[in-house]
Amino acid sequence: MTGGHTDADISRRVRRLETLLEDRGIVAGAALDETLDAFLSGASPANGARVVARAWTDADFRTRLLADGTSAVAELGLSAGGVQPQRLRVVENTPDTHNVVVCTLCSCYPVRLLGPSPSWYKSEAYRSRVVREPRAVLEEFGVRLPDATRITVWDSTSETRYMVLPMRPSGTSHLDEPALARLVPRNALIGTAVL
Amino acid sequence: MSDRFSAGARVRTVHHDPPHHTRLPRYARGKRGTVVEPEGRALLADRNAQGRGDAPLEQVYAVSFPARELWGEGDHDVVLDLFESYLEDDDPGDRAEAAAAPGTSRAQTGGKDGKP
Repeated sequence: MTGGHTDADISRRVRRLETLLEDRGIVAGAALDETLDAFLSGASPANGARVVARAWTDADFRTRLLADGTSAVAELGLSAGGVQPQRLRVVENTPDTHNVVVCTLCSCYPVRLLGPSPSWYKSEAYRSRVVREPRAVLEEFGVRLPDATRITVWDSTSETRYMVLPMRPSGTSHLDEPALARLVPRNALIGTAVL
Repeated sequence: MSDRFSAGARVRTVHHDPPHHTRLPRYARGKRGTVVEPEGRALLADRNAQGRGDAPLEQVYAVSFPARELWGEGDHDVVLDLFESYLEDDDPGDRAEAAAAPGTSRAQTGGKDGKP
């Protein structure tokens, strides 16, 4: 995305709310920090990349991952994350289909697998435009898809969290799983990058 | 509540405009789509967000909508996760009627219906 956006307003509101809640003794600052730390602990796009590399190298795992993402990533000791358990659905890119993930209502996202969400993911520009004109938005990310490629936008409006399984790049048959995982950036897991 | 819809079912979203939190974004109200799959049950967010203890456990469905149905243009699909009470059986009899009055879609997304 090239459109300008800022977190300043929402950050100010959150800080103000936090201060009020603490002043009135509704929450303790330390407890809030602990909850946030627990929420983000172990959250990294390296986890999602590891899942993708495993799917590229193990066809049975790939089948299980697409059928039941929650259970398949649990085999690797992973989860979508969140304060409450969340269902994970993995959607697969193919030569004919491209998937991209959004949360138009806020910023839902499998934080444990993708790491803290980037500010553009939370911006009104991305959230309102990608459901309406995904091809134009993807082009702003440098993703040019063939005209024949069908785009599906997954708007996470409830308890499921979505992750994209990107296509394995050609010329990588000599790479092992850890080397493959290093090829997968966070945006490829959201669908705003291709490899 | 029983699981009313299975994969492939043709559904239509309700056209509500509640004064409270909802997970049915404005851009997908009163639209026709196809159930991709049931996702499992969750507490109905509309009631749960009001701090009420009586939120029912409802099946949530992934429902796919063609862009043309949502926006009047476009060749992509948008899939949303929707509570069962947001959905009605799509009556094929109504479809001809809708086809006669196209182009009523407006570019609106969730806006103030944000989740907590």
